[in-house]
Amino acid sequence: MTPNVPATKTTYLPTIGIECHVQLNTKTKLFAAVGNDARGASPNTLISHICVGMPGALPVLNEKAVELAVGAAFALNSQPQAFSKFDRKHYFYPDLPKGYQITQYDQPIAKGGYVEIEIEGEKKKVGITRVHLEEDAGKTTHPEGMDFSLIDLNRAGTPLLEIVSEPEIYSPAEAKAYARELWLVMKYAQVTDGDLYHGHVRFDVNISVSDKPGMLGTRTEIKNLNSFRSVAGAVEYEIKRQAELLEKNEVIVQETRGWDEVKQKTTPQRQKEEAHDYRYMPEPDIPPLKLSASFISKVKEGLPELPSSIRESLSELQVDPKVIEDILDREELLDRVLEVKRITKSTEHTRRVLFQLLDDPDSLSIHVKDQIKVLEMISIGELSSTAAKAVLKERIKIEEDPRLIAERMNLLQISNESELEIMVREVLADNPTAVADVKKGEAKAVGFLVGQVMKKAQGKANPEITKRLIKKQLDV
Amino acid sequence: MDEWPKISDIANRVQSGELKPIDLVKKSIGIIDQKAEYRAVISSMEERAMHRATEIENRIGRGGNIGRLAGVPFIAKDNFLTLGGETTAASNILRGFRAPYQATVIERLEAEGAICIAKSNLDAFAHGSSTENSDWFTTKNPHDKSRVPGGSSGGSAAAVILNMVPFALGTDTGGSIRLPASFVGAVGVKPTYGLVSRSGVVAMASSTDVVGPLTTNVEDASLILDIIAGKDSMDSTTIEREESYLNTGDGLRGKRVGIISEYLNDGLDSGVRSVIDKAIDKIKSAGATISRVSLPNLPLSLASYYIICPAEVSSNLSRYDGQRFGYSHRDSNDLAESYELSREKGFGAEAKRRIMIGTYVLSSGYYDAYYKKAQLVRTKIINEFSEVFKNQDLLIGPTSPTVAFKIGDRVKDPLKMYLADMMTVGANMSGNPAMSIPAGNSNGLPVGLQLIGPMRGDRQMLAAAQSFEGLE
Repeated sequence: MTPNVPATKTTYLPTIGIECHVQLNTKTKLFAAVGNDARGASPNTLISHICVGMPGALPVLNEKAVELAVGAAFALNSQPQAFSKFDRKHYFYPDLPKGYQITQYDQPIAKGGYVEIEIEGEKKKVGITRVHLEEDAGKTTHPEGMDFSLIDLNRAGTPLLEIVSEPEIYSPAEAKAYARELWLVMKYAQVTDGDLYHGHVRFDVNISVSDKPGMLGTRTEIKNLNSFRSVAGAVEYEIKRQAELLEKNEVIVQETRGWDEVKQKTTPQRQKEEAHDYRYMPEPDIPPLKLSASFISKVKEGLPELPSSIRESLSELQVDPKVIEDILDREELLDRVLEVKRITKSTEHTRRVLFQLLDDPDSLSIHVKDQIKVLEMISIGELSSTAAKAVLKERIKIEEDPRLIAERMNLLQISNESELEIMVREVLADNPTAVADVKKGEAKAVGFLVGQVMKKAQGKANPEITKRLIKKQLDV
Repeated sequence: MDEWPKISDIANRVQSGELKPIDLVKKSIGIIDQKAEYRAVISSMEERAMHRATEIENRIGRGGNIGRLAGVPFIAKDNFLTLGGETTAASNILRGFRAPYQATVIERLEAEGAICIAKSNLDAFAHGSSTENSDWFTTKNPHDKSRVPGGSSGGSAAAVILNMVPFALGTDTGGSIRLPASFVGAVGVKPTYGLVSRSGVVAMASSTDVVGPLTTNVEDASLILDIIAGKDSMDSTTIEREESYLNTGDGLRGKRVGIISEYLNDGLDSGVRSVIDKAIDKIKSAGATISRVSLPNLPLSLASYYIICPAEVSSNLSRYDGQRFGYSHRDSNDLAESYELSREKGFGAEAKRRIMIGTYVLSSGYYDAYYKKAQLVRTKIINEFSEVFKNQDLLIGPTSPTVAFKIGDRVKDPLKMYLADMMTVGANMSGNPAMSIPAGNSNGLPVGLQLIGPMRGDRQMLAAAQSFEGLE
């Protein structure tokens, strides 16, 4: 792997580790029976005495969140732990009602694992250190020009899975690939809805650079990145910034920085006056989490198909890997591709529907039976791919049998050989020069002749058959 | 007469129509007013109580079956969240706090027809052994107004002995039910940790907080425990209950009873000692086998308790930041100042002391030296108890090394105050059920006998207590 080399005299090797927070798609919060999806909800409507941190309120662990965490662990090749526990992490902030966050400190729900990424055709495993469950805090907003802040506790107590990577990422491209693959795996494992826009998957990136192999430099942390592009951008900027500082013999401050999407640069966030001491302590309100072997294996069995296995099963299509990645990004389209594959068991149909969907995602609205009908019409030569496109477009608008649409729109190809043979004879007779050219070995002339037949057939001649018939007639 | 009949008797007579719930509420409120000088009560829930009494009466009128506590008035320590009044935990920082939900225990009692009349005094946030740490006032011992009633459930214990109600609720984190029971001559039960839900109870030290009843007799205490015990979906630390906690037979004959050597040390007051010795003789003549047992690490309970408890207290009190409920300091320039001033003015000296100790022992660099070590000691104590209970059915000893002390005697010396818990904290550290039962008097002041049962052995402990109660 080639590390990113900044424009400095010395070569600086970057080392990157990524912490990712994944919002679990449970119906309710991690410790309270309150709705979990805050998108579109009015502030402070998804709260209970537990989310507000009322006196006497006790957390009750959401079992579904545990199930999802164990599923995520398997998806990350990580080892779910038979014994884990919860801890309190203390700090004062108005959107943290209890004055502590319930998290897992020294005994997380899963340890180890890896995510496999591919850079320029080369595969690489990025190690996972640990996976743990924790609750999210609320949201604080500071209205412009006002002397107050607003607190929304809808998000307080939302279940998060924190996934910590080993510092085994060495370039912006690797960081981006890791972030995307992690997102993809979590989405396909049905652990999260993966809504990046609403921050349901967010990344904190730790970066340091060093000119001595095996030695780590001072690291900075860029928090709350919620797109793969911003992960790559922040890493690239930060490597350059740190390298330039070292080049000037300046000191890198260990700090938390933010990513300015508009200016495409990292900026120091408010300097903390002193180092945080979170005073971790075992959470006495939640008994340690003991998972039975049967629970763990049941979760494993119920795990949905993951990207790596989908990639493998689509490799027989022999299309550009980039196309597979494009369709993986759009899970709903992929589902249709896999459905067609399952029903037709045809590589040709599967490949074709893959491209159709990427070309016109709206065709997803068509019933799969009609979509397959169109594919079959193509494969028996009744529809050209251009004509198929038009049929699909029409079918999206109107609930009608695709064959009837093709007939009505006069799009059915002439594949009947005897019908085509008559037209071929006529064209050959009318074009002696081109015929002579073909016989001299000029391949281009065949195309011309096919075009002439097509003209005669008002564009509906099956080009493959036409070509074959021309060649047969001229005996070439 | 002010004295109340047995609780089951009251409930039966209410159900039959012989007693009117409204009259019981009025009687209770009347005594509370009449004995106001003892300052057992912080706030009244009269309106809600009268409303509930009327409702129960109407239901009986329609032939409804109310439950095992039909019309029975009770008082809850002011750290139980209740509707229809304030819940302050006797702390300034919860001044004016009206709870939006009720403690599970209150719900369970109400479901059987009980009526909460008032909220009783305690050391603020249950931090203390005398009620002198209450931010409101000090409760006086019913036997001697110049003495403390013990704490922290001192208001509840005094209320029962002053006949304000047939039973009261307390919480016991380091001895807060048993010590006041001992000081006023009441029966006070600290069930096995987790047997009674803590949901809706203002947390002190979550890993040792237990809810229990204070009564004048064991039968009533067993009935209340029978009603409040058991798993609660709102508290994940709750455990499965036994089928019944009601007594059905001799709890002493043929039982193996161990006297805890470590509790009969030099620090034990001689008057208390002689009451306890007499109690041991009585238990022996009732047919129990008495032997001496030793739990060598038990004396370390207090030291480790005063690390673990403040650690949890410092964490549990973090939520009182003056922003969402209770007291909030208005004239602050910014958020940090609002936090600081709300907590400075809202917390009393003892809460601050525990927050500081707790914060210290949890700090990085000190965690291993204090908190972790204290947890190791705790494990040793748990193991010693379970080892001893392989050969014993019950352990006994004094509840407190002394009788009730004078108001003001120990307030200036927190360490001396902490020593009041030395014989009770052991069972909190281990989680074992324990209770205090009146055993006699020393210089006219009650002395409590402490019974400690094996884990989840609440029922056999109560049976033994009831047998002891019947001995002459």
